[in-house]
Amino acid sequence: MPPRPLSPHLSVYKFKYTLATSILNRIAGLALSLGFPLLVYWLLAVAAGAQAQARAVRVLSLPLMRPLFAALILAFSYHLTAGIRHLVWDTGRGLERAQSQRSAWLVVAVSIALTLLVGYCAWLAGARAP
Amino acid sequence: MSLRSPLGRVLGAGSAKQGVHHWWVQRLTSVALVPLSVWFVVSLLSLPSLDHATTVAWMGESWTALLLILFVLVGAWHSQLGVRVVVEDYVHGAGARTVTLVVLTFAHVLLAAAGVVAVLRVALGAPS
Repeated sequence: MPPRPLSPHLSVYKFKYTLATSILNRIAGLALSLGFPLLVYWLLAVAAGAQAQARAVRVLSLPLMRPLFAALILAFSYHLTAGIRHLVWDTGRGLERAQSQRSAWLVVAVSIALTLLVGYCAWLAGARAP
Repeated sequence: MSLRSPLGRVLGAGSAKQGVHHWWVQRLTSVALVPLSVWFVVSLLSLPSLDHATTVAWMGESWTALLLILFVLVGAWHSQLGVRVVVEDYVHGAGARTVTLVVLTFAHVLLAAAGVVAVLRVALGAPS
């Protein structure tokens, strides 16, 4: 059987920001998938008792975890906004070229604002409880 | 009447009739995750402290436990569906692809089960 064509045909598209918003959604989703074990690790530590919890919080607040949490907050904000854009598309709305170009910028703006907001609240929470 | 050629049918090429189900569950879980993930982030950030007593008191509330379990389960399901598509797109070669999918599915089920057990232990008052 001849090899069947495989999508995505990444090399045939001209690069545009609308393409970037699409691939970034996938990358953000993957980043959140990689963050999932962290959540479970924390839950297991809480269940294992005060000592395990204290150790987990120590591990999770190491300086090298900071950029990781920043990336996770960015990924969460982006995946949430871009995901809502996808859900709107699924209703058949906003698919015209001009509309989708506008919503691409909207997604970028909203997700950056959301990242800053969540990041600021996380920083406040961190300052409150070291 | 089918438009598929007999040869195409014999070769087994074409749709496995599973695509719509995957698409639909991906949408269903994403709709559920909008409120669940926002709730999780907001309530985590509003905890006065991340020490054991505060966290246990928070997770011990019935609503928190319920929503946390839903978040873990729906999140794992959504993640599994998404990661699966990425693997199908970029991991070529049937052997490598199948092994990757099996490993990732096991990992997702294991993590989801571990998360639920952890929340239940705290919510049902495990000795600590």
